[in-house]
Amino acid sequence: MTQKLKPVDVAVVGVGFMGAIMAKELAAQGLKVVGLERGKQRWTVPEFQAPEIHDELKYSIRKGMMQDVTREAMTFRNSPTQEALPIRQWEAFLPGTDLGGSGVHWNGQTFRFTEADFVWRTRMRERYGKDFVDPSLTIQDWGVTYDELEPHFDKFEYLLGTGGKAGNLNGKIQPGGNPFESRRSREYPNPPLKEQYGGVLFRKAATDMGYHPFVQPASNMSRPYTNPEGLQLNACNYCGFCERYACEHFAKATPQTVILPVLLKNPNFELRTEAQVLRVNLDPDKKTATGVTYVDATGREFVQPADLVIITTFAFNNARMMLLSGIGKPYDPKTGEGVIGRNYAYQTTSDVFVFFDENININPFMAAGGSGTLIDDFNDDNFDHGPHGFIGGSYIMSALTNGRPIEFHPTPPGTPEWGKEWKTAIRHHYNHTAHILIHGSSMPTRTNSLDLDPTYKDAWGLPLLRMTFEFPHNDMKMSQFCVDRAVEIGKRMGAKTVAGYPRKAPFTTQKYQTTHNSGGVIMGSDPSTSAVNRYLQSWDAHNVFVVGTSAYPHEPGYNPTGTLGALAYWSVDAIKKQYLKHPAPMVSA
Amino acid sequence: MLFGNGHATAFSSQMTAISASDRGAVKEQRMRKDREEQGSRRGFLRSAFAACVTAGTVVIPIDRIQAAPHKKLPTDKATSFAFFRPDEVQFLSAAVDRFIPPDEEWPGAVDAGVVDYIDQQMAGKWGSAGDMYWHGPFKEGTPSQGYQLPFTPAELFRRAIAAVNQYFTAQGTWFHRLSAGQQDEYLEMLLANKTTLNGVPSKVFADFLLRHTIEGFFADPIYGGNKDMVGWRMLGFPGPYGEYYELIDQYGIKLDREPVSIGQSAHHHAK
Repeated sequence: MTQKLKPVDVAVVGVGFMGAIMAKELAAQGLKVVGLERGKQRWTVPEFQAPEIHDELKYSIRKGMMQDVTREAMTFRNSPTQEALPIRQWEAFLPGTDLGGSGVHWNGQTFRFTEADFVWRTRMRERYGKDFVDPSLTIQDWGVTYDELEPHFDKFEYLLGTGGKAGNLNGKIQPGGNPFESRRSREYPNPPLKEQYGGVLFRKAATDMGYHPFVQPASNMSRPYTNPEGLQLNACNYCGFCERYACEHFAKATPQTVILPVLLKNPNFELRTEAQVLRVNLDPDKKTATGVTYVDATGREFVQPADLVIITTFAFNNARMMLLSGIGKPYDPKTGEGVIGRNYAYQTTSDVFVFFDENININPFMAAGGSGTLIDDFNDDNFDHGPHGFIGGSYIMSALTNGRPIEFHPTPPGTPEWGKEWKTAIRHHYNHTAHILIHGSSMPTRTNSLDLDPTYKDAWGLPLLRMTFEFPHNDMKMSQFCVDRAVEIGKRMGAKTVAGYPRKAPFTTQKYQTTHNSGGVIMGSDPSTSAVNRYLQSWDAHNVFVVGTSAYPHEPGYNPTGTLGALAYWSVDAIKKQYLKHPAPMVSA
Repeated sequence: MLFGNGHATAFSSQMTAISASDRGAVKEQRMRKDREEQGSRRGFLRSAFAACVTAGTVVIPIDRIQAAPHKKLPTDKATSFAFFRPDEVQFLSAAVDRFIPPDEEWPGAVDAGVVDYIDQQMAGKWGSAGDMYWHGPFKEGTPSQGYQLPFTPAELFRRAIAAVNQYFTAQGTWFHRLSAGQQDEYLEMLLANKTTLNGVPSKVFADFLLRHTIEGFFADPIYGGNKDMVGWRMLGFPGPYGEYYELIDQYGIKLDREPVSIGQSAHHHAK
């Protein structure tokens, strides 16, 4: 028996970073907002406290903070001709769950995409000619520009307390920052984090080679900070338990530390946890949503009527919610038609390990999640791709986020994987190895996409999402090029052995790479090639907004969260200034 | 000299901002004094953490156990296990000690408690696939698609070990009776996926066993392995509970510190 609840103005599906931002801004407008979170409540105290929180087996290996795969998994295949099978335990990427979502277990790396990214197709054609780009890549412009987003980037960074050094202040290049970044209107709210030893060695080598190293912008606090919401954070103590963990010290920007306490104080907002939203309900004419249907922890079903539905359930889950709700035409990789599930992309990460002699103590366990010293010289459109035959790029960054020993015990190439020699090798290299992350872009293709699986179901009997993904040749070429550059830097760092691992097909679900999944509900200016307009408003149901990296038409070589925060503020700004006064499509199709 | 025992910092001659070493030396002296007064490591750790809290500054307990001399660890093991049967334990013990063999300095997997670790894991939620999506149809997949066998981790161990034991008993012997070289050769053969063990591709089983061996050697001692934190001591991992604000930019320092486990840390927190 489904129970119909009292209508509200806004239903927010998923209370993570973006859900909290959207809800907070709309509740402040006087709207009645309900936040529906499938997981449980959890807070810095008591849930995130030491010592239990520093349990590598529970959190890193058994994925204690992640989407409950026993109830909601997804299926995977490398190509459309294969049969997809369920990913039975998370490994390659780690979607979060519970209050705060993936914003609790992230590392805090906070970049902005560049001016070029938002006009990617246009830029590539203008700079390299119309025949340069591999025609199998379905790149397109985003429908929004960097300049439009700049104030919103700024707002998000100040909310988070991001630490960094500006490289481009209103068009003027600043020493110590990233000279390739697009213009920012003011400095970061906090200075950069302290560098690691590997970072210092990297910086020296990269400088000698004529590159432009800088410290990674990060939202682990470099000093105590009070954000514009009035919430106080402590300085990070570099404990080495950040990514895959929650911060016990109030030192990482998470929904719990930077926004949720303010949101929950507003009587216009109601949080309902253990509320599993099954679908967004539509009017018979399918032009507007009427609310959502959800199930509580005991299995009771509710209909929550709402005038506005905001979907913020993490990248690929957003696509699934749209498909389960029947909003927007599902994408068909055979014809290239349809929009929901289109342009699923990832991140093409690669690694270089730099093995030093035993007199160099790297101390990998002294780390913030956002620790890193990097160059941006081979990322994005920051260099001439003409001679190289690929588009996109990577930042190249010396970074160790931890020295947790189940995950981290590097050995040089040629070392056996077990036995006496292995045991000796891990001992000799554990504290004397630097790591260079090659964090590369991911270009969309016609076949990389998301749809509903025909066979496998979740705990509520609904189809799992099916992911079809393989690394495009373009991206593997890019990876090889950037790894070669990183190996050169590694050698210059004075290492005995430098080992580079460029990314190669097949993509495997079995090895962690990154949780930067994107696309599936992409933004754009053309309803035939995008699911949402420039304000993240559904082209099909104008009172549905979909906020997530699902909106990215491609994944640039930067960590995605900074840009996502900017898009959330941009979207909610448009809702406040335009949509609430005139609830209709904000862009005519 | 910073942290006493002759581990020069690689950058110390070049770094100008190393004045922290003075603070380090003072801290070091205080630590020593504390230690003498406390008279026991446990007391020492307690006081160091207390200092942490009250002073609001980062105080790292520094206790220089030199590359811990290989001491025989307590091996009065339980004679029965929660999940495994004696013949299974015999195989496991022999196999994990080939993956991580004892040497002059450091214990091997068995002495570190790896068999106890695997036993606990298999007896619990993980062993019964309680952390996995566990709905059919179960079908053969590609390596990229990951584990697709219809056997829970505990069933997988049981089936595969039974096949191994059957194989050797048919020849009148047991895996654990083979020479180290023969054992290695057999494990290599399993890892190369050259056979099937009661329906389990041998590589799936051997990878799984190796993975659990490494987990058991390095996971927190609360899970039954990594006894006396030997895995951490061997690598120089100072344990999961550290505050490095003042140390991270003392580039190249050698942190010779007694690791602190979750259990020990919980003890401090409870005080």
